[in-house]
Amino acid sequence: MIDAVGNPQSLLLLGGTSDIALAIARRYAIGRRLRVVLAARPTSRRTESAAELAALGCEVTEVDLEARDPGSHAATIDAAFAGGDIDIVVVAFGLLGDPERAWTEPAEALELIEVNYTAPVHLGVLLANRLRAQGHGKIVALSSVAGERVRRSNFVYGSTKAGLDGFFLGLGEALRDSGVGVLVVRPGFVRSKMTEGLDEAPLAVTPEDVADAVVSAVKHRKELIWVPAAMRPVMSGLRHVPRPLFRKLPL
Amino acid sequence: MSGGGEPTRIQPSPAVESQLQVPQQLVELHGWGRAAGSRSHLARIDTIAGAVSALRNAGDRGVVPRGLGRSYGDAAQNAGGTTLDLTRLNKILQVDAEGDVPTVSVQSGVSIDALMKALLPFGLWVPVLPGTRQVTIGGAIAADVHGKNHHTQGSFGNHVRDLDLLSADGEIRTVGPDGDDPELFWATVGGMGLTGVILRATVAVQRTETAYFTVDTQRCADLDELMATMTDGDENYTYSVAWFDAVTRGKHLGRAVLTRGNKTKISDLPAKLRTEPLRFAAPSFGTLPEVFPNRMVNLATAKAFSAMWFRKAPKHRVGEVQNITTFFHPLDIVAEWNRVYGPNGFLQYQFVVPFGEHETFRRCVEMIVTSGHLSCLNVLKRFGPGNAAPLSFPMPGWTLTVDLPIEDGLDRLCTGLDEQVVAAGGRCYLAKDSRLDAATFRQMYPRLDDFLAVRKRIDPTQVFTSDLSRRLAL
Repeated sequence: MIDAVGNPQSLLLLGGTSDIALAIARRYAIGRRLRVVLAARPTSRRTESAAELAALGCEVTEVDLEARDPGSHAATIDAAFAGGDIDIVVVAFGLLGDPERAWTEPAEALELIEVNYTAPVHLGVLLANRLRAQGHGKIVALSSVAGERVRRSNFVYGSTKAGLDGFFLGLGEALRDSGVGVLVVRPGFVRSKMTEGLDEAPLAVTPEDVADAVVSAVKHRKELIWVPAAMRPVMSGLRHVPRPLFRKLPL
Repeated sequence: MSGGGEPTRIQPSPAVESQLQVPQQLVELHGWGRAAGSRSHLARIDTIAGAVSALRNAGDRGVVPRGLGRSYGDAAQNAGGTTLDLTRLNKILQVDAEGDVPTVSVQSGVSIDALMKALLPFGLWVPVLPGTRQVTIGGAIAADVHGKNHHTQGSFGNHVRDLDLLSADGEIRTVGPDGDDPELFWATVGGMGLTGVILRATVAVQRTETAYFTVDTQRCADLDELMATMTDGDENYTYSVAWFDAVTRGKHLGRAVLTRGNKTKISDLPAKLRTEPLRFAAPSFGTLPEVFPNRMVNLATAKAFSAMWFRKAPKHRVGEVQNITTFFHPLDIVAEWNRVYGPNGFLQYQFVVPFGEHETFRRCVEMIVTSGHLSCLNVLKRFGPGNAAPLSFPMPGWTLTVDLPIEDGLDRLCTGLDEQVVAAGGRCYLAKDSRLDAATFRQMYPRLDDFLAVRKRIDPTQVFTSDLSRRLAL
């Protein structure tokens, strides 16, 4: 259970090698023996991430997560909850993809849909059932400002994030009286493995900035946050820019 | 109600069982601190058969008993599982005022408030009164509550002759310190409901001539003076407790109001009270609404409150006759006072350190005062010897209780305090706790394994589970 001062005892990272997921785990690991379940594909990166968290004093379990294999999702969730209640689930896996190939090569588009939208929704339903039975818990879903108003430069990715965003906001509403909460996080540009090599956008943040914002938002029971907070008014403005003007913006 | 050899089996007949749809609803439950709540099915128990049935129907997330919900943290709630509301099991069954030691047999849902009021006309007195009367007898035993007289008369469990316990296997056993299975009795005292549902208890009570107390009040200029005064004089008083200022820094740190007293004999009552010496007066000014924002308790209000509370006490007054509410429960004057902390809620941190650890104690007070977290309600008391219960909180030493509004950084203060308390060989009180971790808790309670062994024996599949037991790996 998340204790009276907002600290969880256990954490499930779906996408356990994501920079943001690990930054969140590192924040929560300070000063206590946190139980962490790392769900990701079985790679050396997963083993390294597990070792890093163990070195910080966490009790770590690794569980296989194959986003593109929905038939395996129930087993993943069962394995994740086998060690006891999960207080916070972070949904942090996703692919950026190549924006131009994503809309010209069907297989590339399919991959983005399955990893960024289908899997999170499917896992979200499984999680909701588990957490409701548990009577408590929090889902932290990593969305993006790219989903808030989809733009030409990466619209396939943006559309998947728009879908994920809508699903988890709706799930939060559906879970209102169940003791389970959902926090949707909309970061702007995050300097991470996923964006390595790309030109930085304005208002760029680090995974640690996102983690700080998440920890604070969980403590204050928020449902929707932007990181950095300034992105909220920026996106409010951008959402209302007329299309002929929007398409000329260098976004 | 003697301790028999055979456990009692209550077997509802099949026809009755099918009607025993113990009503269940999914509700948000939290402790008095109003933080860290959770949702569970709440089953209101009206009869013993209902308790047995609810236990039988418990799902895979188990059950926990709940009384009046005055524990501050997550002891009486069970996320995703069932919480049993025992407050309707509230009959006083028998009063035996004849023998050397008068006793009373009560169902566990009877509140200390109701019991006190029922006993006074008999000239009888509940031996241990905790900080609030709105606590069930079951809860008083499960938390092994203590009061201002701990240094002379111990905690609640010391006064229980026997109790009926409904455990995980559906059996009801009568256990007591001198009867069968004293190990199970002492695991239940302070056991936070995790050995089973206490259904009934026989409590030894005291004779009293009046419902009044003869009280000496004095102000102390600082913490050192307070602790010295308490050490020197406590043994002359049955009841002793101090409030001190944890907001004002510098030389007034720990300026305090010490109140100590004894039961007033009828011959010492002023004439106007002598016609009704056992009368119980409990004035109330109504309740607080739910509208307080967070941060009502801030530096300005905390300083104002602390200064007011200190100055309203006399510098030194001897032999004042006070009624029960004035002496024991000044906060009860406003019901639901915890609402003043706003929607974020608050937590209580109560710890004890052994008598030799004066320095650690002082360091803890300084940590609190310099932390920026503001506690207006600070209670200091000296404990006497503890008892045989492995999870009982009191041990000989200094016990301090502080109230802290939930704000950013509070967890760091608490873990800092934990370290000091553990290093000094002390511990925290589970009835107040809402954020200890399992490893620290184990260090604080060296007899934890004794408790776990009994729990394993009486409830091997952990039918009895609470949010607290999950948090502390109990």
